[in-house]
Amino acid sequence: MIDLIKTMFALITKYKNLLWLGISKTLILGIVGTVVGLLIGLVVGALRAICMKKEPTEKTWIKLLKKIVNMILNIYITIFRGTPMMVQAMIIYFGVYDFGLHWDSFIAGLVVISVNTGAYMAEIIRAGIQSIDKGQEEAARSIGMSDWQTMRYVILPQAIRNSFPSIGNELIVNIKDCCTLSTIMITELFYQAKTIAGSTYKTVPAYMIAAVIYLILTSLAAFIMRKLEKRINHTESNYFASATVVENQEGK
Amino acid sequence: MEKVIEIKHLAKSFDKLEVLKDINFSVSKGEVVSVIGSSGSGKSTMLRCINLLEMPDSGEIFVNGKNILDGNINQHRKEVGMVFQSFNLFNNMSVIENCMIAQIKVLKRSKEEAIKIAHENLKKVGMDAFADKPSTQLSGGQKQRVAIARALCMDCQVLLFDEPTSALDPVTVQEVLDVMKKLADEGMTMVVVTHEMAFARDVSSRVVFMEKGIIVEEGEPKQLFTSPKSEALQRFLGRFVNQ
Repeated sequence: MIDLIKTMFALITKYKNLLWLGISKTLILGIVGTVVGLLIGLVVGALRAICMKKEPTEKTWIKLLKKIVNMILNIYITIFRGTPMMVQAMIIYFGVYDFGLHWDSFIAGLVVISVNTGAYMAEIIRAGIQSIDKGQEEAARSIGMSDWQTMRYVILPQAIRNSFPSIGNELIVNIKDCCTLSTIMITELFYQAKTIAGSTYKTVPAYMIAAVIYLILTSLAAFIMRKLEKRINHTESNYFASATVVENQEGK
Repeated sequence: MEKVIEIKHLAKSFDKLEVLKDINFSVSKGEVVSVIGSSGSGKSTMLRCINLLEMPDSGEIFVNGKNILDGNINQHRKEVGMVFQSFNLFNNMSVIENCMIAQIKVLKRSKEEAIKIAHENLKKVGMDAFADKPSTQLSGGQKQRVAIARALCMDCQVLLFDEPTSALDPVTVQEVLDVMKKLADEGMTMVVVTHEMAFARDVSSRVVFMEKGIIVEEGEPKQLFTSPKSEALQRFLGRFVNQ
């Protein structure tokens, strides 16, 4: 046991630079993937929620458009949720080469993880939207707000708050699962551990280092997400600045 | 008298259940119409049809002489204010933001103007002191008064109330009814679906009694409450007298 820890420390000092590079790539992949994925998820989830309901006075072509959009988004979600990210990475990375284009594997990795997360986020956001009381939407529509305005100012802010724990979950999953992107030669943490193990034949210590670092990263992510969640729940309203406070006091 | 709302042959059913059968009814400017009747008689559905929250199956509804099924639905909705049984204040906004958001986004008013109008209307319902409170922290009666202010901020021609006091306790019911009475005195056109017989009798200028999807009887509150003609209304009112 003590031997193992000693070897681990020896490896860490020796391969410090390699590990730092791995950590930074893993973090960038995880965070960018989650943030961009969330943005994709917001648009796709909101679009799906809008497309799934019927307006009383809408024209036939709008109905048809909604159906088509909903179908396309459905296909996107089905494909990217239903196939492994590793396979997606291979197809997208090498697929672009087939078109005669050259691109950096790290960029490819960012694209893959974002698009993949987007599919999950879309479903998380849609569930968040569905959890909002129908009265909120009716109230917004009854004072003349459009579909998008209702989504943007009333439903989505509440939906994001409700689905915040799931969004944090996605961040943790992404930090761990971007290790599958090592298949397209992205030098993230898992790849570096593999390199260390390969060149020293100290397999268990090398992967133990990776495990400990992953654990620290995910715990940190969980901690930050919990803080953020508390903060979001405390600022009940954040749409307008509280300029009205001043005015109120003047009025008294 | 100028007619604000005119409903002609309105019918609506949910699947096989006929909720409204051939409703004909109109509201003139400045009138306060109370719609009474037992639960499931179609009162709320009729009200929701006026705001197109429910789509009528057949028939026509005119607001200010315009057919509401023609043209922009959002344009129509902003002219008709609606107050709900469950308040439905936007939970992610403060009291004043609730009153401002649609002014800015729908009526395209400037922020300063929206704040001014919001304060005016909040004062009217006695909630201006709470302007910067989160809307989730209010009591039921307070929420409902803010909801009324939110509708008033849109300068709507007519206010629809869908059982505004049904989710409140007897004491807070009064604070909401007082606000509604004040609006009625100011000449606001209102259609109120209610179970508050006292309000229907004392405040409204006309009472409509619905039963099983049709308007059974309508008329002056005094005459309707003291000498109901139809048997259904007699039975309905009998229950309230017995209490």
